[in-house]
Amino acid sequence: MKAAVIVFPGSNCDRDVKVALEAAESRVAMVWHGDAELPGVDLIVLPGGFAHGDYLRCGAMAAHSPVMAEVKAQAQRGVPVLGICNGFQVLCEAGLLPGALLPNAGLKFVCRDVQVAVETSQSVFTNAYEAGQVLRIPVAHHDGQYYADDDDLARLEDLGQIAFRYVDGPAPGAGNPNGSAHDIAGVFNEGKTVLGLMPHPERAADPMHGGSDGCGLFLGLVRALG
Amino acid sequence: MKARVHIYPKRGVLDPQGKAVQRALGTLGFSGVAEVRQGKLIELELDERDPARARAQVEAMCSKLLANTVIENYAIELDEDSK
Repeated sequence: MKAAVIVFPGSNCDRDVKVALEAAESRVAMVWHGDAELPGVDLIVLPGGFAHGDYLRCGAMAAHSPVMAEVKAQAQRGVPVLGICNGFQVLCEAGLLPGALLPNAGLKFVCRDVQVAVETSQSVFTNAYEAGQVLRIPVAHHDGQYYADDDDLARLEDLGQIAFRYVDGPAPGAGNPNGSAHDIAGVFNEGKTVLGLMPHPERAADPMHGGSDGCGLFLGLVRALG
Repeated sequence: MKARVHIYPKRGVLDPQGKAVQRALGTLGFSGVAEVRQGKLIELELDERDPARARAQVEAMCSKLLANTVIENYAIELDEDSK
C-alpha cells in the first residue's frame, strides 16, 4: 500500500501518522498542501494539527488548499481518504463528509484518553476490529463537538455511517468529551471510503505510547488496500 | 466600498460561548437576558463601487469561505445601505 499524507502549514501529527503507517508496512509520501498534483496512491491522509492556525473556522482555509481539488477528485473516484482530528474538520469543511465540528460544549481544550466503540467492521478502515469492540485512544482538540442537523443525523444512523462512538460507563476516559451529537467520534461518507474521526489512532499505535489500540486502523487499511 | 459580514451560529446549534456570556451577565446582576448568541463580524474593503456587484461578490465569498452554512447564518451590510 502507498499512502499520501497531506502536510498543511500548521499540521503537527503528519510525521506521527507516517510512523504509524510505516509500522503497518505502508509506503508513505508526504505531499505539501500547495501542490496541485498528488502521486497515484491507495490512501490519502489529512493529519491532525492546526492548519492555517485554525483561523476563521478550523479547517476552513485548508479545505481550499490547492491540493484539495485533487483530493476531492480522487475521493470521488473511490480512493479512501482518512481525516484525523484537524483532518476531520477539513473533510467536513470541504464537503467530503456531512456535518461540522463546533467548539467543545465545555469550552475547554480536551486532551486525554477516551473510550470509543467501533460501530462496524465493514469498511477498509475498521476491518481489523470487531463491531462493538471498545478502543482506548487519545483525543486532543478544542473544536470536536460533532454537529449535523436532525435529518442528517437520522440519515447517518440509517445508512450505518457512524464509525466510532464515545462510550459511557465507569471505565477511565469513558463519556462524551465534547458534547458531540449522538456521541459521534467518527463518521463515514455514504460509500464508507472517507472516514473522519476526532481521536488520534496514530498516538496509540505503539506500546511505548501507553496503548496500541489505534494500530488496527492502519493494519486494517494495509490489509484491505494491499 | 466597505462591506460588513455578520456571522452567527444558527438557531438550534449549541453556542457554548453565548451561553457562558449569558451566565456571566446573570452573575453580574443583568437579569432579563433571555438569550445571548455570539458571532463574528468581518469587515471588507472592496475595490468594487457598484452595490449590486459588491453584494454579489461578498455573497460568493460567504458561501465559499467566510461562513459555514451547516452551522452559521450570515447577513451582509454594505456602506451604501446606511446612506
